[in-house]
Amino acid sequence: MTNSKILKKHSVIKQISSLKSGFKIILSFWLISSVNLANSQPLVDPLDSPSWNLVHKLILSNETVVFDDRVKVIVPDMAEDPMNVPVSVTVDGIGEIEEIRLFADLNPIKEILNFHPGKIEPFIAFRFKVQNSTPVRAAARTKDGVWHVGGSWLDATGGGCTAPSLGRALDNWVDTLGDVKSRLWSRADRPDRLRFRIMHPMDTGLAPGIPEFYIETLELKDKHGELLAHIESYQPVSENPFFSVDLESKLFQGIVLTGRDNNGNLINQVLQ
Amino acid sequence: MNISNNLSSFRQIHTYYIRRLFKTSLLVLALSSFNVQLINASELDYKLVAEPVGKGTYVFIGSTKYFSKQNGGNIANAAYIVTNRGVIVIDTGSSYQYGKQMRAYIESTTGLSIIKVFNTHHHPDHFLGNQAFKDVPIASLQGIVNAIDSQGEALNGNLYTLVGDWMKETEAYSPTEVVTPGKVTIGGHEIEIIALDGHTDSDMAIYDHTTGVLFAGDLIFHDRTPAVASANIQNWLNSISQLQKLDYKYLIAGHGPVTTDQHAMLQTHDYLSWLHDTLENALDEGLDISEALQLELPERFSALDILHEEYKRGVLQLYPSMEQAFFN
Ligand SMILES: [Zn+2]
Repeated sequence: MTNSKILKKHSVIKQISSLKSGFKIILSFWLISSVNLANSQPLVDPLDSPSWNLVHKLILSNETVVFDDRVKVIVPDMAEDPMNVPVSVTVDGIGEIEEIRLFADLNPIKEILNFHPGKIEPFIAFRFKVQNSTPVRAAARTKDGVWHVGGSWLDATGGGCTAPSLGRALDNWVDTLGDVKSRLWSRADRPDRLRFRIMHPMDTGLAPGIPEFYIETLELKDKHGELLAHIESYQPVSENPFFSVDLESKLFQGIVLTGRDNNGNLINQVLQ
Repeated sequence: MNISNNLSSFRQIHTYYIRRLFKTSLLVLALSSFNVQLINASELDYKLVAEPVGKGTYVFIGSTKYFSKQNGGNIANAAYIVTNRGVIVIDTGSSYQYGKQMRAYIESTTGLSIIKVFNTHHHPDHFLGNQAFKDVPIASLQGIVNAIDSQGEALNGNLYTLVGDWMKETEAYSPTEVVTPGKVTIGGHEIEIIALDGHTDSDMAIYDHTTGVLFAGDLIFHDRTPAVASANIQNWLNSISQLQKLDYKYLIAGHGPVTTDQHAMLQTHDYLSWLHDTLENALDEGLDISEALQLELPERFSALDILHEEYKRGVLQLYPSMEQAFFN
């Protein structure tokens, strides 16, 4: 080996060791800052909502929260029909999710739905009712107990010439109460899917003299009766709710939907 | 399930209250914006200028955007035919103010009085100026009259929210005369009333055989994304095929510039059939509405104004009813 080569090798080792210590510094900084992030009060709400602290307390019992854009809440820019606002929640890349809570800070009833994905994907889509412009959020709880919160603002001042509820006929809803229609899709390029619709008025109880009347719980069970996922739903879920969830097609055979509303009416249907 | 019949009536009352609450809040909104903006009342000028279409026909071309406080709801085309007996008006715009200004413009430029008004369909951007023509026979098809009778005030309320002060004093005023399909002669013009549907449950096109001008109403949109809020797309496509058979010299679309060829017809047809197929496919593939809302739109539609906005509005409107059919 010539002298110059030895020198070169030496300087490479030096560089590596300085890189290592640099890493340590960065790592420790990161640890400190993430601890701070979890504990600092108050958190800066990326949606800048006046009632973030309130919903943090009411919905998430002031538990540890991080704002995380891997929790994606998709709502339209404008709620054309405030009785039927589509929302979807996708959680990607945070590991196993134990529960997802959906809520709208400024809605008269803030809770929309709690989803326990269990053995299916942390994805759910459906429609809900909104009273006015509000943040719509999903909080996804990981195994360490931390809530990862994502969300979007929904603008609900419009209405336009499209208000469809004006012409909606009142049919004999009592006859179809609790009826379920569903379809399953095995899909090559996307996760396999289940969509189901339940006939139910989903009354909020906010209209004078009209008691609340809504589905409280829904469970998806496999053919052996084992729980795959469950949902706690609240009054803001739209009339005749329509859900989309993703699960592996091997679970399709004999999958059952059960549930119950606040008046004790039961839902029980084998899905196909 | 053990549900008493009482719930059925609860439900009806409930729906009634929801509607009433909804209407009341619209009214409150309308009134509050009215108070704030009252100072600007003198500025509520649509600055209407009609452009000639061949000889003796004129059109006020509206914006190709959606309703806004900036455009005051002036987003549709209203037209008129100057005859030897007086003027025939086709559609009256989005507000009482619009109707009044339109009428003043026509009367001062032609020196003639208005002898007839037609409404092509019940959408608020086309008929809410009727109030300015109360002394003139306002004619339309029975289906359109019915739709204005039943939905007119609600649509008017919605526009108060969307465009605010421009709507002041506007009320839904229904046509006073029912016409049937076929030819009539007015002021020496042979006018053909064509009853179609698809954009709404009842759409009227008017073909002036004397001048070769076709007034298509909202059955044709030109360089503007078709609005499908009240649409039956299959019927609409059939109606376009009917209109394509006419040997017109000029085509006045409901929205967008005047044309002399088939371009606007093909454009509207292309978008609607694409929309229909796309949403059918989306349903077939199990997409939720929130996923259908995010589908990519083909490059060839980039000439259509407010494409993304109107597409989303269309999905929100059409997809739920398509789902009901698909799942029944
Ligand atoms: Zn229209």
